[in-house]
Amino acid sequence: RSTELPEHLKAYKGVWVFIEHDRGQVHSVSWELMGQARILADQLGVQVSGVLMGGPADDMEAFAKEAYVYGADHCHIMRDPVLQGYRNEPYTKGLTDLVNTHQPEILLLGATTMGRDLAGSVATTLGTGLTADCTELNIDGRALAATRPTFGGSLLCTIMTLAYRPQMATMRPRTAPMPRRDESRTGTISTMALGMIETDIVTKLLEFIPDANRNTVNLSYADIIVTAGKGLKNADNMKLVWGLARVLGAEVGATRAVTQAGWLEAERQVGQTGKTVRPKLYIAAGVSGAIQHRVGMEGSDIIVAINTDPNAPIFDFAHHGIVGNAMQVLPVLTATFRSHLDRRILKVA
Amino acid sequence: MHIVVCIKQVPDSAQIRVHPVTNTIMRQGVPAIVNPYDLFALEEALRLKDKFGGRVTMLCMGPPQAEDALRKCISFGATDAILVTDRAFAGADTLATSFALAAAIRKIGEEQAVDLVFTGKQTIDGDTAQVGPGVARRLGLNLLTYVSKINEVDLDARTLTVERRAEGGVQRLKTTLPSLITMLEGTNEMRFATMEDMLRAARVPVRKWNKDQAGIEDVSKIGLKGSPTIVSKVFAPKARKERAEMQEVGDGSSVNDVCLNLLQKIFTT
Ligand SMILES: Cc1cc2nc3c(=O)[nH]c(=O)nc-3n(C[C@H](O)[C@H](O)[C@H](O)COP(=O)(O)OP(=O)(O)OC[C@H]3O[C@@H](n4cnc5c(N)ncnc54)[C@H](O)[C@@H]3O)c2cc1C
Ligand SMILES: Cc1cc2nc3c(=O)[nH]c(=O)nc-3n(C[C@H](O)[C@H](O)[C@H](O)COP(=O)(O)OP(=O)(O)OC[C@H]3O[C@@H](n4cnc5c(N)ncnc54)[C@H](O)[C@@H]3O)c2cc1C
Repeated sequence: RSTELPEHLKAYKGVWVFIEHDRGQVHSVSWELMGQARILADQLGVQVSGVLMGGPADDMEAFAKEAYVYGADHCHIMRDPVLQGYRNEPYTKGLTDLVNTHQPEILLLGATTMGRDLAGSVATTLGTGLTADCTELNIDGRALAATRPTFGGSLLCTIMTLAYRPQMATMRPRTAPMPRRDESRTGTISTMALGMIETDIVTKLLEFIPDANRNTVNLSYADIIVTAGKGLKNADNMKLVWGLARVLGAEVGATRAVTQAGWLEAERQVGQTGKTVRPKLYIAAGVSGAIQHRVGMEGSDIIVAINTDPNAPIFDFAHHGIVGNAMQVLPVLTATFRSHLDRRILKVA
Repeated sequence: MHIVVCIKQVPDSAQIRVHPVTNTIMRQGVPAIVNPYDLFALEEALRLKDKFGGRVTMLCMGPPQAEDALRKCISFGATDAILVTDRAFAGADTLATSFALAAAIRKIGEEQAVDLVFTGKQTIDGDTAQVGPGVARRLGLNLLTYVSKINEVDLDARTLTVERRAEGGVQRLKTTLPSLITMLEGTNEMRFATMEDMLRAARVPVRKWNKDQAGIEDVSKIGLKGSPTIVSKVFAPKARKERAEMQEVGDGSSVNDVCLNLLQKIFTT
């Protein structure tokens, strides 16, 4: 097979980020991607553009201003009543038309339920390569080198699209850091019409039912997480992680062994088949540190592990290790934090 | 009602080991299974067949031994099975895979029109979730991904209402047949195989189609040739340079000392 880029595709220039938004809020993964796009584009010496699609009720000009602050030079805005609320058909047509008109060399989307649905359809329509669920993006030569975990995280592979354009990839939320804001940055806007009316579209959005616990389990974006592993022995001991979490204002996470035992809800699972997290502080109690768990949390700033086994794999990548019985350590840690954090707050007050 | 369910045969990843020196997957002795996510699609299809009658045709692209995976599905109650198998399919990425599957589904539809296509949410090996959207796009089917519930199917009106998992909530969508559904995991529980179906699974012929029988004319669209993505490198995650800074409860230091120490380290660094 050919790995040469055909002449007519050499005109494709620039890095694009599809900016996902929902009920007035941009998904953080879009800004994480914007930071990555900026780095890639600077290496290539090209511009970064954001793509904003939505309905009359979406304030996309405001989102565009945010996009500049996070690194975009330009935004493509497509507004149409049929784009109010995500549906595959009109979004696929809109994004495909934008790409064919403006010819970006790289198109990035978040690996969310929307991003994966849309990226798969757009890549097929364009007949180009799409790398799924990446955790790292680089430039190799002039091409995108997208790295993703394979076989449950035991290996990584780097995938490239050499002879087709655009090069597409979806990126997992929380695998790239949030870029620094630069309030002085501005950019330009262009608009394009979708050219579809409601009667063209077969699928109807009847209703959107927001999750009841949307704000209760917000693991992906928590600053501190206390995670329970199978080493905690039983469901009753979950109160020890809850206790520490309460004192620290933390979220509670779990390994798959724990969610499968039913000690904590499935939404709390961290890892390959759960959430990717990137907190400032990650405390893992009774967690062995299996690779499938590790890939979901190794981006944390500080990792603390409590484990009875001094040879547990988690100590190979944690920053601070306590060799000890978690049932003994957790209550004391909770009490220590409580008294000392209180004292700190008192000092400030 | 005619339903096609796409399944992939995958290595049982719980048993996969990586060679410590060469970083290659050691496949020897690793059992091959039906991609676990696809069983939720199959069970949902069987429930529709129970309700409306008709047939469930299984479809898999893979090497000859993938026949086992298809027989497994027949033992759960699927009507029949087609294995699309040809050396020319080797090395396919998702774009080439969806091309081949779409061609085969078109062929299946020539025998009896297809109302619904099911796939799993994703596989446990390639893990891209891209094949479902790709097949739907190529066949012009209404795409419904991450479906958690099928609320209603009206065969007379040819309409379908489903619940779809979205970011921060659930969308209720109404569309028309034919559609393609990628089924979310944990949405149902696979039934037990009956003795009758197990016997049928052992006897029933699994049809094997090569690329011509699957209706593929343009060989530049399949296998490695039809795959835009190139795996340029496979490597092990890099280990952190230094191990954790360790403290041990017991020898000389009490739990209290250790915790206080940790607190100071975390909040001064
Ligand atoms: C395809 C696939 C996907 C997977 N996805 C995920 C995923 O997303 N997330 C995930 O977490 N896992 C996942 N797993 C499972 C993963 O391989 C591990 O089995 C799991 O992470 C182990 O959980 P654990 O550390 O809680 O339990 P264990 O591995 O059983 O470890 C328990 C640890 O507790 C220690 N311990 C025992 N007693 C005490 C005590 N009193 N005090 C302190 N420590 C103690 C032990 O020394 C041990 O290290 C996946 C597996 C597969 C095959
Ligand atoms: C480690 C690894 C990483 C890869 N990364 C990429 C990548 O980033 N981009 C890319 O384009 N390709 C990638 N591939 C190739 C990809 O796995 C193959 O194209 C594969 O044939 C289908 O993709 P999938 O396994 O991701 O399926 P998914 O898209 O995850 O599967 C979704 C559903 O489609 C159906 N389905 C999938 N394959 C078949 C089949 N052969 N027969 C019948 N039904 C099927 C099943 O119902 C399945 O549940 C990768 C492969 C490996 C091994």
